[in-house]
Amino acid sequence: MSDYITHDHEHDGIDRRGFLQCMAWAGSGLLWTVSGGVLASKTLAEIAKAADPLPATDLSFLQISDSHIGFSKEANKDVTATFKIALDRINAMSTPPSFLIHTGDITQLSKPEEFDTFDQVLKGCRTKDVFYVPGEHDVLNDGGKLYRDRYLKSIEAKGSGWYSFSKNGVHFIGLVNVLDLQAGGLGQLGDEQLEWLEADVKDLGTSTPIVVFAHIPLWAVYPQWGWGTDDSEQALGYLKRFGSVTVLNGHIHQVLQKVEGNVTFHTAMSTAFPQPAPGTAPNPGPLNVPSEKLRSVLGLTSIQYKQGKSALAVVDSNLS
Amino acid sequence: MTTFTTKNKTAVLICGIAFLNLSLFAIAGEMKNGEEKIPTQNQIEIKDFAFNPQILTVKSGEKITWINRDEEPHTVVSVEKQFKKSTALDTDQEFTVTAGAPGTYTYFCSVHPKMTGTIVVVKS
Repeated sequence: MSDYITHDHEHDGIDRRGFLQCMAWAGSGLLWTVSGGVLASKTLAEIAKAADPLPATDLSFLQISDSHIGFSKEANKDVTATFKIALDRINAMSTPPSFLIHTGDITQLSKPEEFDTFDQVLKGCRTKDVFYVPGEHDVLNDGGKLYRDRYLKSIEAKGSGWYSFSKNGVHFIGLVNVLDLQAGGLGQLGDEQLEWLEADVKDLGTSTPIVVFAHIPLWAVYPQWGWGTDDSEQALGYLKRFGSVTVLNGHIHQVLQKVEGNVTFHTAMSTAFPQPAPGTAPNPGPLNVPSEKLRSVLGLTSIQYKQGKSALAVVDSNLS
Repeated sequence: MTTFTTKNKTAVLICGIAFLNLSLFAIAGEMKNGEEKIPTQNQIEIKDFAFNPQILTVKSGEKITWINRDEEPHTVVSVEKQFKKSTALDTDQEFTVTAGAPGTYTYFCSVHPKMTGTIVVVKS
């Protein structure tokens, strides 16, 4: 991967060439493994052909994102159908994930009936445990009350809905960066949440693997389009001392990845519609692709952790 | 500023007409059918994740209407909470306020806070 970042003009760990490569891989599904800061990759097709299945792991979970139930425009007139396809893929997995993480934008317009449809379809998923963080589309008119009432019932959430939990020695942190946004700004965590985060990880050993998930990227993907979080640096500062930090985001409807020290940033595909690569369109709105190609740019992300390994394996697969 | 919403879609050709009173707006409303969508006086189009025009000067008492032309929902929220915020506007939905006391009113989209705009209200 030595040629991955050849021109890092923005000092953000990604250049155009690397970005385009990443996008090309995203369409075909990719296994990401990180060991000692070096990325390695295999396509899903290669994995499928291999004689040996993926090694057994101590914990596997799945990220789904940006289902946008209620969206019915040109880019995808039936987002419920593609969400169902994503769930079918999960149900077909030989080793079911322990749980799902939904990184926000469950709905298009925060309407109760959209949440209802999502919940109804999700009942068809064999994996029952789901952890959520809200997207800006889920909190449009009520500051997130409806979202919290529905999706944080079984979790002890703080403030506007952030929380943490531990599974198999991995510490998971769900953050909210879509509320109380300031004019001219980006996503925001806010002081209260940052203070909570600092205290939450204070007593954890540095060898504890950390998984942070939030809707808007916690790195400056493309601030011109609002693809970043104003106070994410402060949050990441509290996590610097840990040997393995995996940051999972949604919002931008495409796979992008960056590695910075021990932190791996990763954004997921949507199950609803793609969005343009940063700066390649007049605006970041839904990207229309030929209908026969739609499923190749929608997808989900599988994450696997094996005790004793420093990094988590992150595998994107599309819905083709 | 006081606020209310309207379903009226107005489309009227503006050629250097500086001021329109409310009766003209009513006429414009009746002219909408089958006509090309041309920005009306005091209409702010939301397109490509931007308010256009970004700065609009109106007279106190005049109506201002935002219309969302994007496929993404947007909102209109006063930075200083000087007027009631809109609900999320889906494609082609409108939000109207009536300009109140003279002054400068900044607003933004609370969903995409990079989107900002300004209303300057002058004496009628």
